[in-house]
Amino acid sequence: MSEVKLKLGIPGKYEERVVTLPEGEPKPYDADSKLSVVGSRHPRLDGFAKVTGQAKYAHDIRLPDMLYAALLSCPHPHARVKSLDTSAAENMPGVKAVVAAADQHVRFAGQYVAAVAAETLEQAERACRAIKVDYEPLPFVVDLEEARQPGAPKVFDNRDSNVRAADPTERGNLAEGFAAADAVVEATYKTQVQTHACMETHGLVAHWEAPDKLKVWSSTQGTFAARDNLARRFELGAENVEVITEYMGGGFGSKLGLRDFESAAVELARKAGRPVHLMVDRKFEHLSTGNRPNSVQVMKAGCTKDGKVTAWQVDSYGTSGIGGGAGVANPSVYDFPAVRKTSADVYTNAGPGCPMRAPGHPQGIFAVESMMDELAYKIGMDPVEFRRKNNSHPIRDAEFELGMKAIGWERRNQTPGAGPGPLHRGIGVASGRWSNVGERRNSRIQVRVAIHPDGGVEVENGAQDLGTGTRTIVGLLAAEELGLPVEALTVKIGHTSYPYGPASGGSSTAPGLAPTVRKAALLARRRLFEVVAPALQAQPEQLECRDGKITVVSDPGKTMDWKRACGLLGTTPINELATRSDNFDGWQAEAAGVQFAEVEVDVETGRVRVLKVVVVQDCGTVLDRLTAESQVIGAVIQGISYALLEDRILDRTTGVMVNPNLEQYKIAGSWDMPEIEAIMYDAAIGYNNAGVNGLGEPPVTPTAAAIANAVYNAAGLRMRELPITPWRVLAADAARRGGRS
Amino acid sequence: MTTPFTYLEPAGLADASRLARQEGAMLKAGGIDLLDEMKEGLVAPEKVVRLSALKGMDRIEVKNGKLRIGALVTLATVAAHKQVREHARILAAAAGQAATPQIRNAATVGGNLCQRPRCWYYRHEDFPCRKKGGDQCFAETGENRYHAIFAADGPCHIVHPSALGTALAALGGQILVFDGQKSRSVAVEQFFALPSVDVTRENVLQPGEIIEAVEIPSAKGKKSAYHKQRERLAADWPLAEVAVVYEVKNGAADGVRLVLGHAAPIPWRCPTAESYLSGKKIDAGAAAEAARLAMAAAAPLAQNEYKVPLFTVLIARALMAAEKGEPA
Ligand SMILES: Cc1cc2nc3c(=O)[nH]c(=O)nc-3n(C[C@H](O)[C@H](O)[C@H](O)COP(=O)(O)OP(=O)(O)OC[C@H]3O[C@@H](n4cnc5c(N)ncnc54)[C@H](O)[C@@H]3O)c2cc1C
Repeated sequence: MSEVKLKLGIPGKYEERVVTLPEGEPKPYDADSKLSVVGSRHPRLDGFAKVTGQAKYAHDIRLPDMLYAALLSCPHPHARVKSLDTSAAENMPGVKAVVAAADQHVRFAGQYVAAVAAETLEQAERACRAIKVDYEPLPFVVDLEEARQPGAPKVFDNRDSNVRAADPTERGNLAEGFAAADAVVEATYKTQVQTHACMETHGLVAHWEAPDKLKVWSSTQGTFAARDNLARRFELGAENVEVITEYMGGGFGSKLGLRDFESAAVELARKAGRPVHLMVDRKFEHLSTGNRPNSVQVMKAGCTKDGKVTAWQVDSYGTSGIGGGAGVANPSVYDFPAVRKTSADVYTNAGPGCPMRAPGHPQGIFAVESMMDELAYKIGMDPVEFRRKNNSHPIRDAEFELGMKAIGWERRNQTPGAGPGPLHRGIGVASGRWSNVGERRNSRIQVRVAIHPDGGVEVENGAQDLGTGTRTIVGLLAAEELGLPVEALTVKIGHTSYPYGPASGGSSTAPGLAPTVRKAALLARRRLFEVVAPALQAQPEQLECRDGKITVVSDPGKTMDWKRACGLLGTTPINELATRSDNFDGWQAEAAGVQFAEVEVDVETGRVRVLKVVVVQDCGTVLDRLTAESQVIGAVIQGISYALLEDRILDRTTGVMVNPNLEQYKIAGSWDMPEIEAIMYDAAIGYNNAGVNGLGEPPVTPTAAAIANAVYNAAGLRMRELPITPWRVLAADAARRGGRS
Repeated sequence: MTTPFTYLEPAGLADASRLARQEGAMLKAGGIDLLDEMKEGLVAPEKVVRLSALKGMDRIEVKNGKLRIGALVTLATVAAHKQVREHARILAAAAGQAATPQIRNAATVGGNLCQRPRCWYYRHEDFPCRKKGGDQCFAETGENRYHAIFAADGPCHIVHPSALGTALAALGGQILVFDGQKSRSVAVEQFFALPSVDVTRENVLQPGEIIEAVEIPSAKGKKSAYHKQRERLAADWPLAEVAVVYEVKNGAADGVRLVLGHAAPIPWRCPTAESYLSGKKIDAGAAAEAARLAMAAAAPLAQNEYKVPLFTVLIARALMAAEKGEPA
């Protein structure tokens, strides 16, 4: 153990902290760190391969003798499979294997019931239709409100009702809080179901290399989770299951574990004795692979006339279909002295929800930040000032300041909705929240760095790059430590034969990997210095490596280039494996982030156009400014799409999704994109030696709220339900004018 | 899911018509809509007749004050063509704003006019709706935010999808139909048919009949506008679409043709509004009153009431834009 002094915080608020580190731990990055490649604007290492099509996704894998699988889904929202006859399908041309789902009780329209592998995808699809299934349709419910009613059809017969309430939470004295309030707002906010809509649909290619040896190319955000799931499911040793995810086309939380239909493909491969390729179609992707649950949030809050929130109360419920986890992260962003919260999951006969980019947050923050706005306007206070009065997070406070300048906050409408004509412009604000500085202790994450006698360097970790730039930041961190250009390194990821890496959930990949990469690279560098020191007539600790050279710090004349130095290794490469150290204390573990949106509303047609979004976002150390900005921009795009367009629509009478495609399930496209300005806010936070906080999720959390608040500022219309469609804007406008339009 | 089919190359128009008359045969032009329908399992033709093999159907010409556009001309060409822009600028605008650049480069005039509706019940193989021979219109009591606000008696509540259909109706266009032996000219309004006529079809074409071309009286010098409103700007269908054409005689509107798309199962003309406007100078007041009249008979379903104020505004705006001579 050793003690080091760190300078942590943000400009104007630095603090010295003494932290205790385990032996061999690199000195953590802090405000005084002088970094050359880390924090630069480096293009993605695999960008070229991706845009030229050289990058091979699971979808692209073609093996000799490979079969294609197709799935048969149940068309009914609730049914029992009375019989399932595959004999006709088995005898169809090209068909090599058929399997049926274990679960014969189907609880949503689209649930997988059987799978076929055939020589071509078309043959497999045709054979699926030849499977005869006799369903006994059962009563069902797809509507959130109907499902809550007593006597509603039950999704699970073994439960008393469809409602599963979580324990309420309460803090402070609510009654006193409301009594102290000068203004109280009560409102109900609603959000819709959003599907992940990954560009690359779910699936894998399964290849049994031997009866007890399985190799799988999977579109997964957890290579090791997939491996362990497969090993359990097929009763194999984990060492005999290999999972490869060199590239993947998005997951957003929906690809964290092995799905039943994916197991089916592996089973088909075993049955047929040939590799099987399964990539689900877009309809199945919408129906069965997860979604962001909807929500209804009934809120009441009060504040004093000088802008302090005194009490906050929320009752929320939502449906995650046949899954759980519809709770919303609410109130969460600000400091409220008295809070009461209840929440409930409501089961419906719909596809299961699953984690989606900041689970619970965009929904919760849409409601909280809308209500903050309503309170601010009610007491006639600047909405930013109001928020700052209820915020104690120093980074968030600084970000408000920067964001106001960048958007030109003073340009907002002084009177919401004022001005002649149908077109109104306005600006809104909201703040986000998330945190992930890595596991506190006992992390299993390991990174291997090898230095070869020919000067080559390998950095290995088996985690996948979800699309967030993992490969690039791993390279940059190792390059920084070794004083080499990143192009001189070979980064190997996405393969379970490399050291253990984290699943990419909860923005955990960078805070898990970054400090471990540094540590492994440092160990390897020390070993190289031990070999090189005698040749430079120096001690190892007197050496540094920079710009591809190893040099004696006190005597720069004594130097040797990287390649020659590695030559001194003879025939034995350096091979260092580092395990992630436990976290130490830091300065601020929670990421904030603020967003300002400028919109134009046509109150006659109801159309909302987002003109500009400014994001000021922190994530501790910014490892690569380009990939960080692209995370932020991508999140804002997803947030705009959530705010204005996306909606999974289930037919109320049949329970079937009517828009399971990308035509009627509307996702914002390039023409809908405003100017997005991503300002990365640097903070030295500690906790791990790279000072990294997760970034994948925080910037998606406040976008919808900022847009809704901008619509209010522009048009004077308070939009309490997402998505903000033309008909909702027109209805709000008609209601304001006090009657039907 | 697609089923196997034979791909047939016709030797000429008559041959194409003969081939298309065979059991299980369908015509393919750009294939944008046909392939969508095949993949969803809505149609499974055993024979696909490749219209694009035909020569000479991709020409645009102006003769005797009429613009003639071959059925195989792509939307991209319609949008960019100098003579179309000169004689029928709202047609160029309608073509240029439809779908996406990729689609416009493949989609043809004939295919666009004959495309099947986008109703999500019709497009989903699990809904055996009336249009597919079933006995129910799921939209009537279901999810009908994008459905029709006119022709409420159904028995089907689709909206007319073709942007060209709406514009052509406003331009007073004719559709040249080849029946295997000879061609006949059908006014656009006679070409499209309400579901009450035959719920399984949207137009009057008989098996084996082929659209050869469309003919449009030149609208050069007339006032016109094409306006539409979408939810998103990329690759989205209109919520509402308005096309208007008229002449100005002695400072007043004459021969007004006001047509709505995505309002009814066919391009929807607004006769009361049209006759109200004839002989009037179009100003904001007249435009607003015409819009009101056009919407007077609207009978929205449970979720599409918003289309009434939306059309009201778009009609008024389109009239004013036409009057002021703003770009189509
Ligand atoms: C995402 C998306 C957005 C779209 N947005 C719009 C839009 O905004 N506005 C719009 O108008 N359209 C839109 N479309 C529809 C598209 O424009 C049509 O599908 C396309 O124009 C069809 O033309 P095609 O030549 O490809 O027809 P095909 O698919 O080849 O044929 C369509 C049908 O017409 C028949 N047919 C074709 N040619 C003839 C002929 N000469 N005579 C008789 N029958 C014929 C075929 O048998 C077939 O039944 C959109 C489509 C998509 C996928």
